[in-house]
Amino acid sequence: MERSLSSSSEEREKTVEAFGWAARNSSGHLSPFVFPRRETGAEEVRVKVLYCGICHSDLHCLKNEWHSSIYPLVPGHEIVGEVSEKGSKVSKFNLGDRVGVGCIVDSCRACESCRDDQENYCAKAVATYNGVHHDGTINYGGYSDHIVVDERYAVKIPHTLPLASAAPLLCAGISVYSPMKYFGLAGPDKHIGIVGLGGLGHIGVRFAKAFGTRVTVVSSTPGKCKDALETLGADGFLVSTDEDQMKAAMGTMDGIIDTVSASHSILPLIGLLKSNGKLVLLGANEKPFDLSAFSLIIGRKSVAGSGIGGMKETQEMIDFAAEHGVKAETEIISMDYVNTAMDRLAKGDVRYRFVIDIANTLASTRS
Amino acid sequence: MAKSPETEHPNKVFGWAARDKSGLLSPFNFSRRDNGENDVTVKILFCGVCHTDLHTIKNDWGYSYYPVVPGHEIVGIATKVGKNVTKFKEGDRVGVGVITGSCQSCESCDQDLENYCPQMSFTYNAIASDGTKNYGGYSENIVVDQRFVLRFPESLPSDSGAPLLCAGITVYSPMKYYGMTEAGKHLGVAGLGGLGHVAVKIGKAFGLKVTVISSSPAKEEEAISQLGADSFLVTTDPQKMKAAIGTMDYIIDTISAVHALYPLLGLLKVNGKLIALGLPAKPLELPMFPLVLGRKMVGGSDIGGMKETQEMLDFCAKHNITADIELIKMDEINTAMERLAKSDVKYRFVIDVANSLSPP
Repeated sequence: MERSLSSSSEEREKTVEAFGWAARNSSGHLSPFVFPRRETGAEEVRVKVLYCGICHSDLHCLKNEWHSSIYPLVPGHEIVGEVSEKGSKVSKFNLGDRVGVGCIVDSCRACESCRDDQENYCAKAVATYNGVHHDGTINYGGYSDHIVVDERYAVKIPHTLPLASAAPLLCAGISVYSPMKYFGLAGPDKHIGIVGLGGLGHIGVRFAKAFGTRVTVVSSTPGKCKDALETLGADGFLVSTDEDQMKAAMGTMDGIIDTVSASHSILPLIGLLKSNGKLVLLGANEKPFDLSAFSLIIGRKSVAGSGIGGMKETQEMIDFAAEHGVKAETEIISMDYVNTAMDRLAKGDVRYRFVIDIANTLASTRS
Repeated sequence: MAKSPETEHPNKVFGWAARDKSGLLSPFNFSRRDNGENDVTVKILFCGVCHTDLHTIKNDWGYSYYPVVPGHEIVGIATKVGKNVTKFKEGDRVGVGVITGSCQSCESCDQDLENYCPQMSFTYNAIASDGTKNYGGYSENIVVDQRFVLRFPESLPSDSGAPLLCAGITVYSPMKYYGMTEAGKHLGVAGLGGLGHVAVKIGKAFGLKVTVISSSPAKEEEAISQLGADSFLVTTDPQKMKAAIGTMDYIIDTISAVHALYPLLGLLKVNGKLIALGLPAKPLELPMFPLVLGRKMVGGSDIGGMKETQEMLDFCAKHNITADIELIKMDEINTAMERLAKSDVKYRFVIDVANSLSPP
């Protein structure tokens, strides 16, 4: 399917004013920012942003940790809101529909990945923020009052899902849901480990339990045990720094979803796997891991990566979450709290996702 | 008082062993057990020289129990069979590979995956269930439980078939398990040594397009004309490597030294798999971004179970797949090891044991 061309210079001049918060440099400090957004194209919807989740990627990007940040930078790719305008060719949505926008807002639409509904693996996938639109303009994300997006890259949010706690599903949710399905780690006959109990980890526990999978949380923070078992419903909790516990659990897991982005050793995790077990890495770290070939050869184990999911799968994940009541545990904050929230996120001090109440707290920050 | 290698078992045997991590091999007198009711005694004709033999005699992995008699690519003739042995009779041509023991009762053993049994024991440099040490195929004969003996197909020559017992199964098993058998798909084979050259042949037999990935441009002509590879990619040619990005469905990585995974991962398509078979002494660096951005995977594999090893031998016999070998005498083994360390062999040394191992 070809996209309709909409990048004439005439159109580029027509913009709609948007208001949000941006960082101007790699200090990552956010502050009010007025900027232009394009007019709604024929196949696009304009979304009035109601809530936006804070993903750890936002923090990495604000601080330019991946050396590709373009400032001013408006982060945010866990966006939920309402359709306020739709293009003439839009068929998926109506005005007023509750929708979500996640990590990508475009792709080439023609490669094998795009044709397989895996737009996330398209070599030309365009990020919701800090990505470059096909007309050459920089994309600004969801820490703002509205966003314009092609309908292919938006999903419907059923009414049974409360919006604020649905926001983190757009990145954290799909990031754990996709590999559980793809690597065959969902179901009552499986035992998985989830490493790291943060934004991704906690939703991972909830999805896993909704699949009927047996889940053990692997964490370096013993204080999270009670929450893991009682609030999130995990079946077990392993303290990763406790050698005896880790040793006793060796060879017990069919798979592990590793959500930790900080540098850490994967050798003890590989040891937790049964024969034929799979370690799936989701966190993003520039520093490579040390991989002992022996650790994979003995027991025919593997290490793989996974990154979000395609649009079709993201919709499937949202619908599954609605049906099974899978929600994020959130701390809702006002827009002007965001810098404090980032400081706390850097220390892992959140249970388990900050969500910005854009609708009620953004406008008042405009002077 | 501890028994010596010569006296711990009733039957004297002669072979060659390494005594220390210099890896120097020399004549060695030891002994083997009587042929038990489940055992087959094999008079050894040929034994392949695997890179694992070199790693072990040099104690690269830190757990060599000297003296070490290496050798786990063994082809010979059954000279005795125990009364419970049903699969073989005296005079049969048989093979013995990398493992000669397992618990025979766990989940892995029940699934014919003896190679993944936690109590699996290696043909050499391992402790058998009776507490004695296992000695391998650089020797006159070996006594093995029938479960770990293979029927050698008639059409497979003993000398060039011997390396299949380790090199062959080591590449065949992951190709089956990781689904690398779809005709028309593109397989990269990194490293063109004992494992790599057999992987090319087996890959072609599965109908795959095969590209050899190597740092040695000199190997190109033979890779294509003799081994049947479709193309050859030199890792030190940045332009060619760039052009090949995202073109391979799978890679069998046989490189035995520490090497960079990043450029190899770049060659894989989305959802591509790299199977790491080499066992360097130090860890490899595993970069995250290529895995996450393309849902790529690095997997391991460890030889194969006995049933699968037999299946592999029969497959190779059917497709006329043998190793390309250089036949050597027993007393040439130290020179061969030096050459192997420099990858100076096309592509596997095989010791003509029967004709050159001269007991004192």
